[in-house]
Amino acid sequence: MQASILAICYLIGSVSFIIGLKMLSHPATARRGNLVSAAGMGIAILGTLFLYRPQGTTFHNFTWIAAAMAIGAVIGAVSARKVKMTAMPEMVSLFNGMGGLCAALISIVELGRIAQDHTDMHVLSILAGMVIGCVSFTGSMIAYGKLRGKIKDHTFRGQHIVNMAVLLLIIAIGVFIIRGSGAVPGYIFYSFLAMSIGYGILFVLPIGGADMPVVISLLNSFTGIATACAGFLYNNQVMLTGGILVGSAGAILTILMCKAMNRSLTNVLIGSFGSAGTGSARIADGEQGTFREISLNDAAMVMGYAHKVMIVPGYGLAVAQAQHACHELGKLLQKNGVEVKYAIHPVAGRMPGHMNVLLAEADVSYDDLLELEQANEEFNSTDVVLILGANDVVNPAARDDPSSPIYGMPVLEVWNAKLVIVNKRSMRPGYAGIENQLFFQSNTSMLFGNAKHVLTQLVTLVKEL
Amino acid sequence: MQTLLNFIQANLELLYVVILSVFLGIEVISRVPSVLHTPLMSGANAIHGVIIIGSIIVMGEASADNYPVLALGFIAVIVGTINVVGGFVVTDRMLEMFKTGKDTRSKRIKDN
Repeated sequence: MQASILAICYLIGSVSFIIGLKMLSHPATARRGNLVSAAGMGIAILGTLFLYRPQGTTFHNFTWIAAAMAIGAVIGAVSARKVKMTAMPEMVSLFNGMGGLCAALISIVELGRIAQDHTDMHVLSILAGMVIGCVSFTGSMIAYGKLRGKIKDHTFRGQHIVNMAVLLLIIAIGVFIIRGSGAVPGYIFYSFLAMSIGYGILFVLPIGGADMPVVISLLNSFTGIATACAGFLYNNQVMLTGGILVGSAGAILTILMCKAMNRSLTNVLIGSFGSAGTGSARIADGEQGTFREISLNDAAMVMGYAHKVMIVPGYGLAVAQAQHACHELGKLLQKNGVEVKYAIHPVAGRMPGHMNVLLAEADVSYDDLLELEQANEEFNSTDVVLILGANDVVNPAARDDPSSPIYGMPVLEVWNAKLVIVNKRSMRPGYAGIENQLFFQSNTSMLFGNAKHVLTQLVTLVKEL
Repeated sequence: MQTLLNFIQANLELLYVVILSVFLGIEVISRVPSVLHTPLMSGANAIHGVIIIGSIIVMGEASADNYPVLALGFIAVIVGTINVVGGFVVTDRMLEMFKTGKDTRSKRIKDN
Protein backbone atom coordinates (compact mmCIF):
# COMPACT_ATOMS: atom_id res chain seq x y z
CA MET A 1 0.00 0.00 0.00
CA GLN A 2 2.65 2.49 1.09
CA ALA A 3 4.87 1.49 -1.80
CA SER A 4 2.17 2.11 -4.38
CA ILE A 5 1.32 5.52 -2.91
CA LEU A 6 5.02 6.36 -3.07
CA ALA A 7 5.12 5.23 -6.70
CA ILE A 8 2.21 7.58 -7.43
CA CYS A 9 4.04 10.41 -5.66
CA TYR A 10 7.03 9.81 -7.92
CA LEU A 11 4.80 9.68 -10.98
CA ILE A 12 3.27 13.03 -10.03
CA GLY A 13 6.79 14.38 -9.50
CA SER A 14 7.99 13.24 -12.93
CA VAL A 15 4.94 14.61 -14.73
CA SER A 16 5.17 17.94 -12.92
CA PHE A 17 8.81 18.30 -14.00
CA ILE A 18 7.83 17.78 -17.63
CA ILE A 19 4.89 20.17 -17.45
CA GLY A 20 6.94 22.67 -15.44
CA LEU A 21 9.76 22.72 -17.99
CA LYS A 22 7.27 23.08 -20.82
CA MET A 23 5.61 26.03 -19.09
CA LEU A 24 8.98 27.56 -18.28
CA SER A 25 9.72 27.90 -21.96
CA HIS A 26 6.82 30.32 -22.59
CA PRO A 27 6.96 33.82 -21.12
CA ALA A 28 3.30 33.90 -20.11
CA THR A 29 3.33 30.64 -18.14
CA ALA A 30 6.94 30.58 -16.96
CA ARG A 31 6.36 31.57 -13.37
CA ARG A 32 3.54 29.09 -12.85
CA GLY A 33 5.71 26.43 -14.50
CA ASN A 34 8.38 26.95 -11.89
CA LEU A 35 5.78 26.57 -9.13
CA VAL A 36 4.40 23.39 -10.73
CA SER A 37 7.87 21.80 -10.72
CA ALA A 38 8.45 22.97 -7.15
CA ALA A 39 5.16 21.41 -6.03
CA GLY A 40 6.04 18.13 -7.75
CA MET A 41 9.42 18.18 -6.08
CA GLY A 42 7.76 18.75 -2.71
CA ILE A 43 5.45 15.78 -3.20
CA ALA A 44 8.33 13.51 -4.23
CA ILE A 45 10.46 14.56 -1.24
CA LEU A 46 7.64 14.23 1.30
CA GLY A 47 6.72 10.86 -0.18
CA THR A 48 10.29 9.65 0.26
CA LEU A 49 10.44 10.91 3.83
CA PHE A 50 7.23 9.29 5.00
CA LEU A 51 6.62 6.35 2.66
CA TYR A 52 10.03 4.98 1.66
CA ARG A 53 10.19 1.70 3.58
CA PRO A 54 11.56 -0.99 1.24
CA GLN A 55 11.07 -4.64 2.23
CA GLY A 56 10.39 -4.18 5.89
CA THR A 57 13.58 -2.24 6.58
CA THR A 58 13.27 0.53 9.12
CA PHE A 59 13.90 4.13 8.25
CA HIS A 60 16.60 5.61 10.46
CA ASN A 61 17.84 9.03 11.42
CA PHE A 62 14.62 10.91 10.71
CA THR A 63 15.57 13.81 12.98
CA TRP A 64 18.97 14.17 11.37
CA ILE A 65 17.40 14.27 7.92
CA ALA A 66 14.85 16.83 9.02
CA ALA A 67 17.57 18.94 10.63
CA ALA A 68 19.75 18.84 7.52
CA MET A 69 16.78 19.76 5.33
CA ALA A 70 15.90 22.68 7.60
CA ILE A 71 19.50 23.97 7.48
CA GLY A 72 19.69 23.57 3.72
CA ALA A 73 16.29 25.21 3.18
CA VAL A 74 17.23 28.24 5.26
CA ILE A 75 20.62 28.67 3.55
CA GLY A 76 19.09 28.18 0.10
CA ALA A 77 16.11 30.47 0.61
CA VAL A 78 18.05 33.25 2.29
CA SER A 79 20.87 33.31 -0.23
CA ALA A 80 18.40 33.15 -3.12
CA ARG A 81 16.37 36.00 -1.66
CA LYS A 82 19.35 38.19 -0.86
CA VAL A 83 21.35 37.82 -4.05
CA LYS A 84 21.42 40.89 -6.25
CA MET A 85 19.91 40.48 -9.69
CA THR A 86 23.29 41.25 -11.23
CA ALA A 87 24.85 38.30 -9.40
CA MET A 88 22.21 35.83 -10.59
CA PRO A 89 24.48 33.82 -12.92
CA GLU A 90 26.94 33.15 -10.08
CA MET A 91 24.10 32.04 -7.85
CA VAL A 92 22.80 29.53 -10.38
CA SER A 93 26.32 28.18 -10.73
CA LEU A 94 26.65 27.83 -6.97
CA PHE A 95 23.34 25.96 -6.64
CA ASN A 96 24.32 23.70 -9.51
CA GLY A 97 27.58 22.93 -7.70
CA MET A 98 25.60 21.96 -4.59
CA GLY A 99 23.59 19.45 -6.63
CA GLY A 100 26.81 18.03 -8.07
CA LEU A 101 28.31 17.72 -4.60
CA CYS A 102 25.20 15.91 -3.39
CA ALA A 103 25.47 13.39 -6.25
CA ALA A 104 29.17 12.89 -5.57
CA LEU A 105 28.62 12.29 -1.84
CA ILE A 106 25.90 9.74 -2.53
CA SER A 107 28.22 7.87 -4.88
CA ILE A 108 31.07 7.96 -2.33
CA VAL A 109 28.82 6.36 0.28
CA GLU A 110 27.52 3.77 -2.16
CA LEU A 111 31.01 2.92 -3.42
CA GLY A 112 32.03 2.27 0.17
CA ARG A 113 29.43 -0.43 0.50
CA ILE A 114 29.59 -2.18 -2.84
CA ALA A 115 28.29 -5.65 -2.19
CA GLN A 116 28.72 -8.85 -4.13
CA ASP A 117 25.24 -8.61 -5.55
CA HIS A 118 25.97 -5.32 -7.26
CA THR A 119 26.00 -5.78 -10.99
CA ASP A 120 28.60 -4.13 -13.19
CA MET A 121 25.97 -1.68 -14.33
CA HIS A 122 25.36 -0.59 -10.75
CA VAL A 123 29.06 -0.03 -10.11
CA LEU A 124 29.28 1.84 -13.40
CA SER A 125 26.44 4.15 -12.43
CA ILE A 126 28.01 4.77 -9.01
CA LEU A 127 31.33 5.66 -10.62
CA ALA A 128 29.71 7.79 -13.31
CA GLY A 129 27.68 9.61 -10.67
CA MET A 130 30.84 10.25 -8.69
CA VAL A 131 32.94 11.54 -11.60
CA ILE A 132 30.17 13.67 -13.10
CA GLY A 133 29.08 14.96 -9.69
CA CYS A 134 32.64 15.95 -8.76
CA VAL A 135 33.28 17.61 -12.12
CA SER A 136 30.01 19.47 -11.84
CA PHE A 137 30.82 20.58 -8.29
CA THR A 138 34.37 21.84 -8.78
CA GLY A 139 33.60 23.14 -12.27
CA SER A 140 30.69 25.18 -10.93
CA MET A 141 32.82 26.56 -8.14
CA ILE A 142 35.47 27.70 -10.64
CA ALA A 143 32.74 29.20 -12.84
CA TYR A 144 31.41 30.99 -9.77
CA GLY A 145 34.86 32.35 -8.97
CA LYS A 146 35.32 33.52 -12.54
CA LEU A 147 32.00 35.32 -12.66
CA ARG A 148 32.86 37.00 -9.36
CA GLY A 149 36.16 38.01 -10.91
CA LYS A 150 38.14 36.18 -8.23
CA ILE A 151 39.60 33.56 -10.54
CA LYS A 152 41.39 34.53 -13.74
CA ASP A 153 41.69 32.42 -16.86
CA HIS A 154 44.64 30.05 -16.69
CA THR A 155 46.08 28.34 -19.70
CA PHE A 156 49.37 26.58 -20.18
CA ARG A 157 50.88 24.82 -23.13
CA GLY A 158 49.51 21.38 -23.71
CA GLN A 159 46.64 21.85 -21.30
CA HIS A 160 44.28 19.95 -23.56
CA ILE A 161 46.65 17.01 -23.57
CA VAL A 162 46.86 17.05 -19.76
CA ASN A 163 43.05 17.25 -19.55
CA MET A 164 42.69 14.36 -21.95
CA ALA A 165 45.24 12.31 -20.03
CA VAL A 166 43.45 12.88 -16.72
CA LEU A 167 40.14 11.89 -18.30
CA LEU A 168 41.61 8.71 -19.77
CA LEU A 169 43.16 7.85 -16.41
CA ILE A 170 39.79 8.31 -14.72
CA ILE A 171 38.19 5.97 -17.23
CA ALA A 172 41.00 3.43 -16.80
CA ILE A 173 40.68 3.37 -13.03
CA GLY A 174 36.92 3.16 -13.41
CA VAL A 175 37.23 0.08 -15.61
CA PHE A 176 39.66 -1.42 -13.10
CA ILE A 177 37.19 -0.90 -10.25
CA ILE A 178 34.34 -2.44 -12.24
CA ARG A 179 36.48 -5.43 -13.25
CA GLY A 180 37.65 -6.01 -9.69
CA SER A 181 35.20 -7.52 -7.27
CA GLY A 182 34.15 -6.44 -3.82
CA ALA A 183 35.66 -3.60 -1.82
CA VAL A 184 37.78 -0.98 -3.55
CA PRO A 185 41.28 -0.43 -2.06
CA GLY A 186 41.62 2.94 -0.34
CA TYR A 187 44.44 4.38 -2.44
CA ILE A 188 42.62 3.62 -5.68
CA PHE A 189 39.45 5.15 -4.37
CA TYR A 190 41.18 8.34 -3.22
CA SER A 191 43.15 8.81 -6.42
CA PHE A 192 39.94 8.29 -8.40
CA LEU A 193 38.20 10.89 -6.25
CA ALA A 194 41.09 13.35 -6.45
CA MET A 195 41.27 13.06 -10.21
CA SER A 196 37.53 13.58 -10.60
CA ILE A 197 37.75 16.72 -8.48
CA GLY A 198 40.83 17.89 -10.36
CA TYR A 199 39.28 17.31 -13.75
CA GLY A 200 36.44 19.72 -12.97
CA ILE A 201 38.99 22.42 -12.20
CA LEU A 202 41.14 21.69 -15.26
CA PHE A 203 38.06 21.56 -17.46
CA VAL A 204 36.72 25.03 -16.59
CA LEU A 205 39.93 26.93 -15.77
CA PRO A 206 41.05 27.66 -19.35
CA ILE A 207 37.60 28.72 -20.60
CA GLY A 208 37.15 32.48 -20.88
CA GLY A 209 34.95 34.26 -18.35
CA ALA A 210 32.61 35.47 -21.10
CA ASP A 211 31.72 31.87 -21.89
CA MET A 212 30.80 30.94 -18.34
CA PRO A 213 27.02 30.92 -19.04
CA VAL A 214 27.54 28.19 -21.62
CA VAL A 215 29.75 26.28 -19.19
CA ILE A 216 27.21 26.60 -16.38
CA SER A 217 24.47 25.34 -18.67
CA LEU A 218 26.67 22.38 -19.64
CA LEU A 219 27.53 21.59 -16.01
CA ASN A 220 23.82 21.87 -15.24
CA SER A 221 23.24 19.18 -17.82
CA PHE A 222 26.04 17.11 -16.24
CA THR A 223 24.43 17.26 -12.81
CA GLY A 224 21.22 16.06 -14.45
CA ILE A 225 23.06 13.00 -15.76
CA ALA A 226 24.64 12.37 -12.35
CA THR A 227 21.13 12.49 -10.87
CA ALA A 228 19.93 10.00 -13.46
CA CYS A 229 22.80 7.67 -12.52
CA ALA A 230 21.70 7.76 -8.88
CA GLY A 231 18.12 7.20 -10.05
CA PHE A 232 19.21 4.06 -11.88
CA LEU A 233 21.13 2.89 -8.82
CA TYR A 234 18.16 3.21 -6.48
CA ASN A 235 15.70 2.20 -9.21
CA ASN A 236 13.97 5.49 -8.46
CA GLN A 237 11.80 6.72 -11.35
CA VAL A 238 11.51 10.37 -10.36
CA MET A 239 15.27 10.80 -10.03
CA LEU A 240 15.81 8.96 -13.28
CA THR A 241 13.31 10.92 -15.37
CA GLY A 242 14.08 14.25 -13.69
CA GLY A 243 17.80 13.73 -14.21
CA ILE A 244 17.54 12.67 -17.83
CA LEU A 245 15.10 15.49 -18.57
CA VAL A 246 17.50 18.11 -17.19
CA GLY A 247 20.41 16.35 -18.86
CA SER A 248 18.89 16.52 -22.34
CA ALA A 249 17.16 19.89 -21.88
CA GLY A 250 20.39 21.33 -20.49
CA ALA A 251 22.36 20.01 -23.45
CA ILE A 252 19.92 21.58 -25.91
CA LEU A 253 19.94 24.84 -23.97
CA THR A 254 23.74 24.86 -24.10
CA ILE A 255 23.63 24.45 -27.86
CA LEU A 256 20.98 27.19 -28.21
CA MET A 257 23.18 29.55 -26.18
CA CYS A 258 26.15 28.80 -28.39
CA LYS A 259 23.98 29.44 -31.44
CA ALA A 260 22.95 32.84 -30.07
CA MET A 261 26.65 33.69 -30.05
CA ASN A 262 27.15 32.02 -33.42
CA ARG A 263 29.74 29.63 -32.08
CA SER A 264 30.06 25.91 -31.71
CA LEU A 265 30.27 24.12 -28.40
CA THR A 266 33.71 22.73 -29.23
CA ASN A 267 34.89 26.25 -29.95
CA VAL A 268 33.74 27.33 -26.51
CA LEU A 269 35.21 24.33 -24.72
CA ILE A 270 38.56 24.38 -26.45
CA GLY A 271 38.60 28.04 -25.57
CA SER A 272 40.45 29.49 -28.54
CA PHE A 273 38.58 32.68 -27.74
CA GLY A 274 40.28 34.00 -24.64
CA SER A 275 43.79 33.10 -25.69
CA ALA A 276 43.60 34.05 -29.38
CA GLY A 277 46.04 36.82 -30.12
CA THR A 278 46.05 36.62 -33.87
CA GLY A 279 44.07 38.37 -36.53
CA SER A 280 44.02 41.95 -37.63
CA ALA A 281 41.12 42.70 -35.32
CA ARG A 282 43.52 42.87 -32.45
CA ILE A 283 45.47 46.07 -32.58
CA ALA A 284 48.74 46.15 -30.68
CA ASP A 285 48.76 48.28 -27.55
CA GLY A 286 49.85 51.82 -28.16
CA GLU A 287 48.59 52.09 -31.72
CA GLN A 288 44.93 52.17 -30.94
CA GLY A 289 43.98 54.94 -33.35
CA THR A 290 42.26 58.09 -32.26
CA PHE A 291 38.94 58.43 -30.55
CA ARG A 292 36.87 61.41 -29.57
CA GLU A 293 35.53 62.16 -26.13
CA ILE A 294 32.27 63.89 -25.43
CA SER A 295 31.54 65.89 -22.29
CA LEU A 296 28.57 65.08 -20.07
CA ASN A 297 27.02 68.42 -20.96
CA ASP A 298 27.21 67.78 -24.67
CA ALA A 299 25.91 64.24 -24.26
CA ALA A 300 22.90 65.50 -22.28
CA MET A 301 22.33 68.17 -24.91
CA VAL A 302 22.32 65.86 -27.95
CA MET A 303 20.08 63.34 -26.23
CA GLY A 304 17.70 65.95 -24.86
CA TYR A 305 17.11 67.40 -28.31
CA ALA A 306 17.13 64.17 -30.29
CA HIS A 307 14.03 62.66 -31.85
CA LYS A 308 15.00 59.12 -31.15
CA VAL A 309 17.48 57.66 -28.68
CA MET A 310 18.41 54.00 -28.52
CA ILE A 311 19.99 52.67 -25.34
CA VAL A 312 22.23 49.60 -25.64
CA PRO A 313 22.84 48.05 -22.20
CA GLY A 314 25.77 45.71 -21.57
CA TYR A 315 27.69 44.17 -18.73
CA GLY A 316 28.97 47.60 -17.63
CA LEU A 317 25.40 48.49 -16.71
CA ALA A 318 25.08 45.33 -14.65
CA VAL A 319 28.31 45.73 -12.66
CA ALA A 320 27.52 49.38 -11.96
CA GLN A 321 23.98 48.43 -10.80
CA ALA A 322 22.82 51.22 -13.06
CA GLN A 323 19.54 49.74 -14.28
CA HIS A 324 17.39 52.12 -12.22
CA ALA A 325 19.42 55.19 -13.22
CA CYS A 326 19.13 53.98 -16.80
CA HIS A 327 15.36 53.75 -16.61
CA GLU A 328 15.20 57.17 -14.97
CA LEU A 329 17.10 58.75 -17.86
CA GLY A 330 14.86 56.90 -20.31
CA LYS A 331 11.69 58.11 -18.59
CA LEU A 332 12.96 61.67 -18.41
CA LEU A 333 13.80 61.74 -22.09
CA GLN A 334 10.42 60.24 -22.95
CA LYS A 335 8.74 62.95 -20.91
CA ASN A 336 10.63 65.51 -22.96
CA GLY A 337 9.17 64.01 -26.10
CA VAL A 338 12.17 61.91 -27.15
CA GLU A 339 11.43 58.44 -28.45
CA VAL A 340 13.48 56.08 -26.27
CA LYS A 341 14.03 52.40 -27.02
CA TYR A 342 16.32 49.77 -25.55
CA ALA A 343 18.21 47.49 -27.92
CA ILE A 344 18.83 44.14 -26.28
CA HIS A 345 21.42 41.82 -27.74
CA PRO A 346 20.56 38.20 -26.83
CA VAL A 347 23.93 37.60 -25.17
CA ALA A 348 24.54 41.06 -23.73
CA GLY A 349 25.73 40.84 -20.14
CA ARG A 350 26.94 37.57 -18.73
CA MET A 351 23.99 35.36 -19.58
CA PRO A 352 21.39 35.22 -22.30
CA GLY A 353 18.42 37.25 -21.10
CA HIS A 354 20.54 38.91 -18.40
CA MET A 355 19.67 42.42 -19.64
CA ASN A 356 15.96 41.65 -19.89
CA VAL A 357 15.97 40.51 -16.27
CA LEU A 358 17.83 43.62 -15.13
CA LEU A 359 15.69 46.11 -17.03
CA ALA A 360 12.53 44.31 -15.95
CA GLU A 361 13.71 44.78 -12.36
CA ALA A 362 13.96 48.52 -13.02
CA ASP A 363 10.37 48.49 -14.39
CA VAL A 364 11.32 49.29 -17.97
CA SER A 365 8.27 48.59 -20.12
CA TYR A 366 8.33 45.51 -22.33
CA ASP A 367 7.21 47.60 -25.31
CA ASP A 368 10.42 49.60 -25.21
CA LEU A 369 12.72 46.57 -25.41
CA LEU A 370 13.77 45.74 -28.94
CA GLU A 371 15.31 42.45 -29.97
CA LEU A 372 18.32 42.28 -32.24
CA GLU A 373 16.52 42.26 -35.62
CA GLN A 374 14.00 44.94 -34.68
CA ALA A 375 16.76 47.15 -33.30
CA ASN A 376 18.91 46.76 -36.39
CA GLU A 377 16.00 47.93 -38.55
CA GLU A 378 15.64 51.05 -36.45
CA PHE A 379 19.25 52.23 -36.10
CA ASN A 380 19.05 54.01 -39.47
CA SER A 381 16.38 56.34 -38.13
CA THR A 382 18.04 56.80 -34.74
CA ASP A 383 19.70 60.08 -33.77
CA VAL A 384 21.69 58.99 -30.75
CA VAL A 385 22.75 55.54 -29.57
CA LEU A 386 23.89 55.39 -25.96
CA ILE A 387 25.97 52.28 -25.29
CA LEU A 388 26.30 51.43 -21.62
CA GLY A 389 29.21 49.10 -21.02
CA ALA A 390 28.53 46.87 -24.01
CA ASN A 391 31.43 46.07 -26.29
CA ASP A 392 31.62 42.80 -28.17
CA VAL A 393 27.92 42.85 -29.09
CA VAL A 394 28.41 46.14 -30.98
CA ASN A 395 31.72 45.26 -32.64
CA PRO A 396 31.67 45.81 -36.43
CA ALA A 397 34.46 43.23 -36.78
CA ALA A 398 31.81 40.53 -36.38
CA ARG A 399 30.44 41.64 -39.76
CA ASP A 400 33.46 42.95 -41.63
CA ASP A 401 36.53 41.08 -40.51
CA PRO A 402 36.68 37.35 -41.31
CA SER A 403 39.86 36.98 -39.23
CA SER A 404 38.15 38.18 -36.06
CA PRO A 405 37.29 35.49 -33.51
CA ILE A 406 33.76 36.83 -33.26
CA TYR A 407 33.27 36.98 -37.05
CA GLY A 408 29.75 35.90 -37.93
CA MET A 409 28.21 36.64 -34.55
CA PRO A 410 25.06 38.71 -35.05
CA VAL A 411 25.71 42.18 -33.61
CA LEU A 412 23.77 45.39 -33.05
CA GLU A 413 24.58 47.61 -36.02
CA VAL A 414 24.77 50.79 -33.96
CA TRP A 415 27.12 52.48 -36.43
CA ASN A 416 24.14 53.13 -38.72
CA ALA A 417 22.85 55.75 -36.28
CA LYS A 418 23.78 59.42 -36.64
CA LEU A 419 25.72 59.59 -33.39
CA VAL A 420 27.01 56.85 -31.12
CA ILE A 421 27.93 57.66 -27.53
CA VAL A 422 29.89 54.88 -25.83
CA ASN A 423 30.01 54.81 -22.06
CA LYS A 424 32.90 52.68 -20.78
CA ARG A 425 35.18 52.86 -17.83
CA SER A 426 38.33 52.89 -19.95
CA MET A 427 39.57 52.01 -23.43
CA ARG A 428 40.30 48.45 -22.35
CA PRO A 429 38.90 45.83 -24.73
CA GLY A 430 35.82 43.84 -23.75
CA TYR A 431 35.56 40.37 -22.34
CA ALA A 432 36.49 38.66 -25.57
CA GLY A 433 39.74 40.63 -25.56
CA ILE A 434 39.24 42.05 -29.03
CA GLU A 435 39.72 45.65 -30.07
CA ASN A 436 36.56 47.41 -31.22
CA GLN A 437 36.83 49.57 -34.33
CA LEU A 438 33.52 51.20 -33.48
CA PHE A 439 35.23 53.39 -30.90
CA PHE A 440 37.44 54.96 -33.56
CA GLN A 441 34.73 55.76 -36.10
CA SER A 442 33.94 59.35 -36.92
CA ASN A 443 30.39 59.26 -35.58
CA THR A 444 31.42 57.70 -32.26
CA SER A 445 32.19 59.64 -29.11
CA MET A 446 33.44 58.18 -25.87
CA LEU A 447 32.00 59.04 -22.49
CA PHE A 448 34.26 57.53 -19.84
CA GLY A 449 33.13 56.69 -16.34
CA ASN A 450 31.11 54.32 -14.20
CA ALA A 451 27.72 53.77 -15.84
CA LYS A 452 25.66 54.65 -12.77
CA HIS A 453 27.67 57.79 -12.13
CA VAL A 454 27.39 58.95 -15.71
CA LEU A 455 23.67 58.20 -15.92
CA THR A 456 22.80 60.05 -12.70
CA GLN A 457 24.73 63.08 -13.90
CA LEU A 458 23.05 62.88 -17.31
CA VAL A 459 19.65 62.85 -15.59
CA THR A 460 20.49 66.04 -13.67
CA LEU A 461 21.83 67.72 -16.79
CA VAL A 462 18.87 66.76 -18.98
CA LYS A 463 16.53 68.14 -16.30
CA GLU A 464 18.36 71.48 -16.49
CA LEU A 465 18.04 71.75 -20.27
CA MET B 1 28.52 -8.72 -25.99
CA GLN B 2 26.41 -11.33 -24.25
CA THR B 3 26.38 -9.31 -21.00
CA LEU B 4 25.29 -6.22 -22.88
CA LEU B 5 22.44 -8.07 -24.56
CA ASN B 6 21.43 -9.55 -21.24
CA PHE B 7 21.47 -6.12 -19.68
CA ILE B 8 19.29 -4.68 -22.43
CA GLN B 9 16.90 -7.60 -22.09
CA ALA B 10 16.68 -7.18 -18.32
CA ASN B 11 16.26 -3.41 -18.37
CA LEU B 12 14.10 -2.87 -21.41
CA GLU B 13 11.57 -0.70 -19.58
CA LEU B 14 14.34 1.41 -18.15
CA LEU B 15 15.86 1.94 -21.57
CA TYR B 16 12.49 3.05 -22.92
CA VAL B 17 12.13 5.55 -20.08
CA VAL B 18 15.63 6.92 -20.65
CA ILE B 19 15.32 7.29 -24.41
CA LEU B 20 11.85 8.80 -24.30
CA SER B 21 12.95 11.23 -21.57
CA VAL B 22 15.86 12.37 -23.71
CA PHE B 23 13.55 13.16 -26.61
CA LEU B 24 11.05 14.78 -24.28
CA GLY B 25 13.72 17.07 -22.83
CA ILE B 26 14.85 18.13 -26.29
CA GLU B 27 11.29 18.63 -27.53
CA VAL B 28 10.17 20.63 -24.50
CA ILE B 29 13.06 23.08 -24.70
CA SER B 30 13.71 23.49 -28.39
CA ARG B 31 11.50 26.53 -29.05
CA VAL B 32 12.34 28.67 -26.04
CA PRO B 33 12.92 32.40 -26.70
CA SER B 34 16.39 33.63 -25.75
CA VAL B 35 14.88 35.96 -23.14
CA LEU B 36 13.99 32.90 -21.09
CA HIS B 37 17.34 31.11 -21.34
CA THR B 38 18.53 32.22 -17.92
CA PRO B 39 15.32 31.45 -15.97
CA LEU B 40 14.98 28.14 -17.80
CA MET B 41 18.52 27.13 -16.94
CA SER B 42 17.85 28.09 -13.35
CA GLY B 43 14.57 26.14 -13.30
CA ALA B 44 16.22 23.04 -14.77
CA ASN B 45 18.95 23.49 -12.18
CA ALA B 46 16.36 23.31 -9.43
CA ILE B 47 14.80 20.19 -10.97
CA HIS B 48 18.01 18.17 -10.86
CA GLY B 49 17.94 18.92 -7.15
CA VAL B 50 15.71 15.83 -7.07
CA ILE B 51 19.05 14.14 -6.27
CA ILE B 52 18.16 15.01 -2.68
CA ILE B 53 15.89 11.95 -2.64
CA GLY B 54 19.01 9.82 -3.07
CA SER B 55 20.66 11.47 -0.09
CA ILE B 56 17.53 10.98 2.03
CA ILE B 57 17.58 7.28 1.10
CA VAL B 58 21.29 7.05 2.02
CA MET B 59 20.63 8.52 5.45
CA GLY B 60 17.45 6.56 5.99
CA GLU B 61 19.18 3.26 5.30
CA ALA B 62 22.28 3.99 7.39
CA SER B 63 22.26 2.61 10.89
CA ALA B 64 22.37 5.20 13.65
CA ASP B 65 25.96 4.44 14.68
CA ASN B 66 27.52 4.48 11.22
CA TYR B 67 29.05 7.91 11.67
CA PRO B 68 31.07 8.27 8.43
CA VAL B 69 28.00 7.55 6.31
CA LEU B 70 25.82 9.71 8.53
CA ALA B 71 28.24 12.63 8.22
CA LEU B 72 28.46 12.35 4.43
CA GLY B 73 24.70 11.86 4.18
CA PHE B 74 24.04 14.84 6.42
CA ILE B 75 26.14 17.12 4.20
CA ALA B 76 24.52 15.61 1.11
CA VAL B 77 21.02 16.37 2.40
CA ILE B 78 22.04 19.95 3.26
CA VAL B 79 23.58 20.72 -0.13
CA GLY B 80 20.75 18.91 -1.93
CA THR B 81 18.19 21.03 -0.13
CA ILE B 82 20.16 24.18 -0.94
CA ASN B 83 20.02 23.16 -4.59
CA VAL B 84 16.26 22.55 -4.54
CA VAL B 85 15.08 25.46 -2.39
CA GLY B 86 17.62 28.00 -3.65
CA GLY B 87 17.02 26.96 -7.25
CA PHE B 88 13.26 27.36 -7.16
CA VAL B 89 13.37 30.60 -5.16
CA VAL B 90 15.93 32.21 -7.44
CA THR B 91 13.98 31.19 -10.54
CA ASP B 92 10.81 32.59 -9.03
CA ARG B 93 12.57 35.87 -8.30
CA MET B 94 13.76 36.16 -11.88
CA LEU B 95 10.35 35.39 -13.29
CA GLU B 96 8.61 37.69 -10.84
CA MET B 97 10.38 40.59 -12.52
CA PHE B 98 9.15 39.57 -15.92
CA LYS B 99 5.68 39.55 -14.49
CA THR B 100 5.85 43.06 -12.99
CA GLY B 101 7.09 44.30 -16.35
CA LYS B 102 4.00 42.84 -17.95
CA ASP B 103 1.67 44.08 -15.24
CA THR B 104 2.86 47.65 -15.57
CA ARG B 105 2.29 47.39 -19.29
CA SER B 106 -1.26 46.11 -18.97
CA LYS B 107 -1.91 48.75 -16.32
CA ARG B 108 -0.66 51.42 -18.65
CA ILE B 109 -2.81 50.17 -21.47
CA LYS B 110 -5.78 50.32 -19.12
CA ASP B 111 -4.84 53.84 -17.97
CA ASN B 112 -4.76 55.04 -21.54
